Amino acid sequence: MSNQNDTEKPSGKQEYNITVYTENQIGLLNRIAIIFTRRKINIHSLNTSPSEIESIHRFNIVVQETEDVVRKLSRQIEKQVEVLKVYFNTNEDVIWQELALYKVPTDIIAEKASVERLLRENGARVVVIRKDYTVFETTGHREETDALIKILQPFGLIEFVRSARVAIIKDSDGFNRKLREFEKAEPGEEVAKNEYLNNGQKIFTM
Amino acid sequence: METEQKELSNPAGVETIEVSGSVALLEALITEGTDVIFGYPGGAIMPIYDALYDYKEKLNHILVRHEQGGIHAGQGFARTSGKVGVVFATSGPGATNLVTGLADAMIDSTPLICITGQVFAHLLGTDAFQETDVINITTPVTKWNYQITDATEIPEIISKAFYIARSGRPGPVLIDITKNAQIQKFDYSGYTPCNHIRSYRPKPLIRKEYIIQAAELINQAKKPFIIWGQGVILGEAEQEFKTFVEKSGIPSAWTILGAGAIPTDHPLNVGMLGMHGNYGPNVLTNECDVLIAIGMRFDDRVTGRLDKYAKQAKVIHLDIDPSEIDKNVQSTVPVWGDCKETIPALTELIKQKEHKEWLQKFRDFDQNEIDAVIHNELHPTSGELTMGEVIHQLNVLTKGEAVIVTDVGQHQMVACRYAKLNNTRSNITSGGLGTMGFALPAAIGAKFGAPNRTVVAIIGDGGFQMTLQELGTIMQSGIDVKIMILNNRFLGMVRQWQELFNEHRYSFVDIASPDFVAVAAAYGIKGRSISEREDITTALQEMLNNKGSFLLEVMVTKENNVFPMVPQGCSVSEIRLK
Repeated sequence: MSNQNDTEKPSGKQEYNITVYTENQIGLLNRIAIIFTRRKINIHSLNTSPSEIESIHRFNIVVQETEDVVRKLSRQIEKQVEVLKVYFNTNEDVIWQELALYKVPTDIIAEKASVERLLRENGARVVVIRKDYTVFETTGHREETDALIKILQPFGLIEFVRSARVAIIKDSDGFNRKLREFEKAEPGEEVAKNEYLNNGQKIFTM
Repeated sequence: METEQKELSNPAGVETIEVSGSVALLEALITEGTDVIFGYPGGAIMPIYDALYDYKEKLNHILVRHEQGGIHAGQGFARTSGKVGVVFATSGPGATNLVTGLADAMIDSTPLICITGQVFAHLLGTDAFQETDVINITTPVTKWNYQITDATEIPEIISKAFYIARSGRPGPVLIDITKNAQIQKFDYSGYTPCNHIRSYRPKPLIRKEYIIQAAELINQAKKPFIIWGQGVILGEAEQEFKTFVEKSGIPSAWTILGAGAIPTDHPLNVGMLGMHGNYGPNVLTNECDVLIAIGMRFDDRVTGRLDKYAKQAKVIHLDIDPSEIDKNVQSTVPVWGDCKETIPALTELIKQKEHKEWLQKFRDFDQNEIDAVIHNELHPTSGELTMGEVIHQLNVLTKGEAVIVTDVGQHQMVACRYAKLNNTRSNITSGGLGTMGFALPAAIGAKFGAPNRTVVAIIGDGGFQMTLQELGTIMQSGIDVKIMILNNRFLGMVRQWQELFNEHRYSFVDIASPDFVAVAAAYGIKGRSISEREDITTALQEMLNNKGSFLLEVMVTKENNVFPMVPQGCSVSEIRLK
């Protein structure tokens, strides 16, 4: 995975956060993943988690693509039987975080670096301190978690891992009310919305 | 047994009875109106076949000769009957043999339920005998699939499967049932059909605003053009569509899967779209001012080069599948919804009109095409036989009442271009996937789906050899299918491209064939082979009049090309007449 920033690329591609509300069903991950792989589109980050509603799952998918491609992908995802709703947003439209863990040798880090300064300047926390190694944790945007790699590299960084991205949509008012609509045989406008009527609306919805 | 089955069919019954998963499955199929199943038994589906032994009176199981034949038969059945085709296959190779048919049904939106047997649940993932990961193999080519490992799931999952397969944009559904679930007994309380899944919206909500905008565009249009596809047939909106076309007076052309939704000789039917479609519809796509696309998906074989496709036109796109709108062609007015509802809403708002001059333009192009292509193809007086004249004679004899099932290649294009169709659900062909070997098994299913109609399978010498084992299915079931092989002793469409684009370098298109009439005879099917012009009518008559199936081989000229043609990478207006 490259360490690109999220600014818009000349090709019109930029990072999009695709949020998918689904039923909890075996095989659905594959059904969603092949929508990307069939078009040879790389998934930069994928997170599945529970949502605010019991039994409804939520996928957060990050891709670097044009808006047109992301809209078409989103429609294909929303077409899947067990998918309730898909939204896509640029980074500006979401609050997002990634979590990273760093394992470094305790003796070197204690001897050569000011641990206190590291923790303070990078918003890091110590998760474990052992005689042989120490594990730090940070959460933040990509460039923040990347920054600490660079800092720790000279001190013999043993292991690094970053989680998938989780994102909250700024404009969303949650899914509880929409779900009740979905449970009706005849849904209201909110659920069966035609996006063309809502030009200018920041979030995509069918 | 009889009283037991009566109780089983009572969905309101609160009382439960103990049945096996297999019995629950068959009861579900009966409640959903299934009367014919195309299938092939094997180890992992044996409990279902054992249960089927007691259901012989209620469920007509047709033993095919290969699972691919089974699924194509299911497709043919679904396409003529409008019902859901049901197919049984065993695990492993039985299931993988379904993949081509699933892909075909997926891209052509055909409602199917495929039931596959699977190894015992405790053996999943152990590389057991005839175990294959059928769910993952079939995920990209099914609308929905599900693996049942517990018999208690069967009634609910089968009801979901039927609902998903036939609602909205139809498609194939595969249900994989482990052997233990087929055997397992459980307390069965009846079968309730499904009509709602909270995460599934088969029909998008219709918005009046867009109907109004579309009607305004149509009312102002000087040169409007309707292009329609299979959506009109799948939506059972043929009558609504005809009313719309007639009130609007707009020339209308079809994709090959839409053929027959309004009759071939309807005055506003201007012909076929696409690579081998008619001259006028292709050229005038790039001249119309409003393009009204109904239940079609702008396949590349229809549009040719996209960046030169109807750029001057405002596009109104009616489709039930929101992901089709703006997928290939940007719409001006997107009309999401079931065309059974959107078309009448539109008809109400449009003015009664005639577009005489504009329609005449199509007819003028027709005349060019008749002079340059059609006349020579349908009425040759010398030389070897053409495919077109055979289709033409068939039209004369069947008067356009037959169901035409075609395979893939030159004969398919010729048949779709020239076959006269008076009725909907009469043109059964593999459109999106282009599956050679489709026609023979699909024709068997088509006949089961339309038992009172004449079914003629038109097949090339190449495609016939891909699934000819289904002659055994015809022999054993006694089904009446007329088989017409148009034999040009070549893989003709590839040869045509090699002639036109690869400087006559005929690379592996010269295909040898067995004595087809003798092959048919070996299966107890009467046959005849002709190569002379004067024999066409009598031979076709003999085929159509024969009680039961008949194979007619027509030796046609070897190196004939299908024209007009939009060469790949060209715009529809660059269509060639020669």
